[in-house]
Amino acid sequence: MSISTQSKSSSSSQRNTLTSGQRPKWLVPVVMVGAIVVGAAVSALITFSVASWAIFAAVLFLIAAPIAVTSIEGSRKGSDAALTYVVYAAFILAVVPLVSVIWTVLARGVPTLSIDFLTGTMGGITGLIDQRAVAEGGAVPGGVLQAIIGTLVITFWATLFSVPIGLLTAIYLVEYSNDGWLGKVVTFLVDVMTGVPSIVAGLFASALFGLILGPNTRMGIIGAIALTVLMIPTVVKATEEMLKIVPNELREASYALGVRKWRTILKVVIPTSISGIASGVTLAIARVIGETAPLLVTVGFLNTVNWNVFNDWMSTLPTFIYQQLMRPVAPTAPDPSTDRAWGAALILIVFVMLLNLIARLIAQAFAPKTAGR
Amino acid sequence: MSKRIDVEHLNVYYGDFLAVEDVNINIDSRSVTAFIGPSGCGKSTFLRTLNRMHEVIPGAYAKGKVMLDGEDLYGKGVDPVTVRSMVGMVFQRPNPFPTMSIRDNVLAGVKLNNKKISRSAADELVESSLKGANLWNEVKDRLDKPGSGLSGGQQQRLCIARTMAVKPDVVLMDEPCSALDPISTIAIEDLIHELKEQFTVVIVTHNMQQAQRVADKTAFFNIEGTGKPGKLVEFDETATIFQNPKQKATEDYVSGRFG
Repeated sequence: MSISTQSKSSSSSQRNTLTSGQRPKWLVPVVMVGAIVVGAAVSALITFSVASWAIFAAVLFLIAAPIAVTSIEGSRKGSDAALTYVVYAAFILAVVPLVSVIWTVLARGVPTLSIDFLTGTMGGITGLIDQRAVAEGGAVPGGVLQAIIGTLVITFWATLFSVPIGLLTAIYLVEYSNDGWLGKVVTFLVDVMTGVPSIVAGLFASALFGLILGPNTRMGIIGAIALTVLMIPTVVKATEEMLKIVPNELREASYALGVRKWRTILKVVIPTSISGIASGVTLAIARVIGETAPLLVTVGFLNTVNWNVFNDWMSTLPTFIYQQLMRPVAPTAPDPSTDRAWGAALILIVFVMLLNLIARLIAQAFAPKTAGR
Repeated sequence: MSKRIDVEHLNVYYGDFLAVEDVNINIDSRSVTAFIGPSGCGKSTFLRTLNRMHEVIPGAYAKGKVMLDGEDLYGKGVDPVTVRSMVGMVFQRPNPFPTMSIRDNVLAGVKLNNKKISRSAADELVESSLKGANLWNEVKDRLDKPGSGLSGGQQQRLCIARTMAVKPDVVLMDEPCSALDPISTIAIEDLIHELKEQFTVVIVTHNMQQAQRVADKTAFFNIEGTGKPGKLVEFDETATIFQNPKQKATEDYVSGRFG
C-alpha cells in the first residue's frame, strides 16, 4: 500500500491520465485579457469610447474563448464553454441597466435630499425663488412633503379597497367555485384586468366619477379607485396561488373535527398561507405606488399638503416628478426643478425597496414554524 | 360515548360512476372493525361515507341509510358538520395544523369552532387527550412547540389525540399506519386496543397482520374489475375471515393467492 501511495504521489507532478487533454488553467483568462486589449485597439480605430470598447471586447471573447477551448478539448467542451459565457454575458447585460438606474438616481438624488426637502412643500415656491437659487447657489428650494403624503394616503386607500375585494375573490375562486362557469369567467376577467394599461384604469375612474360628480372632477379618492383597478388582479393572483398550495389534507383534517367550511378557511387555510398572501399584497402595493398615468388624469397636482382624499387635488411622487421635469417652476432656470425630480425619484425607489424588504420580513415572520426533529 | 353503526343498502357515486354498491353492515359499539381489500375497491370511499367526508369531493354522493344508534346520518336536514363532530376521522398521512402548537392542535376542534373553554378545562382536555393517545410523556415539556416538529408516528398520535378531544362516538381511521415505521405502528395499534374501550373504531388497512392484531371483526371488500363498483364480499369475526372464510374470493385474498 505504502509503495503504491508513494508511486502515486511521486507521479502527481506528471500528468494524470484521467485529466490529460484538458486546457491549461491560464487559457481562458489569457483569452480574456487578449480580447480586452484587441477590443481597445479596434475601438480606437473608430472613435474610442468605453462602451464600444466593452462591446468589442465582449464579442471577441465570446468568439475566441470557445474556439480556443474547442481546439484543445473538443467540440463538446467547446459548446459548453460557449453557452456558459453567453449565459454570463446575458446576466451582465440584465444587471447593467439595473445598477445604472440605481446609481444614477443615487448620484443625482442624494445631493438634493435634506431635512428641508423632506419636510418642506412647494407652497410659495415661484420661478423667482428658483432663479435666485440658481444665481446664488445653495440648497434646492421647496420640498416634497405634499407628494410623499399624497402617495402614502392614496396608496393606503387603494390598498384598503383592493385587499378585501382581491382576497375574497381569490377565496371564492379556490374554495367555492369548484371550476364552475362563474369561476372560469372571473378567472378570465382577472387575467384580462392584469393586462389593462394603467392609463385606461385612470380614464375609467375619471369617467366613473365624472358621471357622478361632473366632468373634470379630480381628487385623491378617484386616483385610489384607479389604483384599485390595477391592484385587484395582482392581489387575486398572488392570493389564489397561495391558497392553492395549502394541502387539502389540512382542510379535511379540519372538516373531520366538525369545523364548518368558512371557519376552516378563516382559521386553517388563511393562517397557513398568510405569509405568502401578505408578501403578495405588499408586492402589489409596490407595483402601484409608482403609477403615474392614472394619477395624472384623476388626482392632478398640488403644491401644498392635502390629507383629504375626498376634496381637492393632491400631489403624488410620480406626478411630482413628471411635473417638475415637464413644466419646471422657472422655465428659464430648470435646474432646481430637475434636482427636485431626482430627489423625489430617489424617495420613490426607497419606498419600493422598503416594501420589498417588508414583504420578505412578513413572509419570514408569518411562515409556519417548524422545529427540528 | 360509543355508538353502533348500521348501514343499509348504501350506494356511493362519483358523479355518474357507481363506486361502491349495496353495502349492508352492522358495526357494534366498543369494537374494532377492519376493512381490508385491494386498492380501489372502495373501502376508503365507504369509510368516508360514515362521516360524510366524501361530500368534500366534488360530485360525490351516497344513497342509502347509515344509522348511528338508530339515527340516519343521511336523513333530511342533517348537518354534515354535526355528523363529523360525532364521527371523527384519522387520515393516512399525519396532518397536524402547521400553524399551531402541539397544545393548540389538540384543542383545534374546540378552538376552531370558537367554543368558550376555561384555561383549566383546556389544560385538562389537552392532558387527557394526549394521555389517551399515549403521547403525553413525550410532549408534556414542549406543548407550545409546533406540532410539525414531531416525528411521523408522534404526529399521527397527535392527530388521534386531536380527534379524541372532540369526544366523538366513533373514530374512523383510513390506513393510519401506512406512512409509519414498525415501532410507531405498534404504538398506534396498542392505542387502538385502548380506544376500543371508549369508542367504536373502524380502520381501513392494507396490512392483513394488522387487521388480525387489532380487529374484532373484519370486512372484506372486492372489485370485479376496473370500472366495476366495489362490493362488500364478506363480513365476520376476524378469526373466521382469516381462517375459515365462506367466500372463495376472501380466501384467495387473505391467503395471498389473489389476482
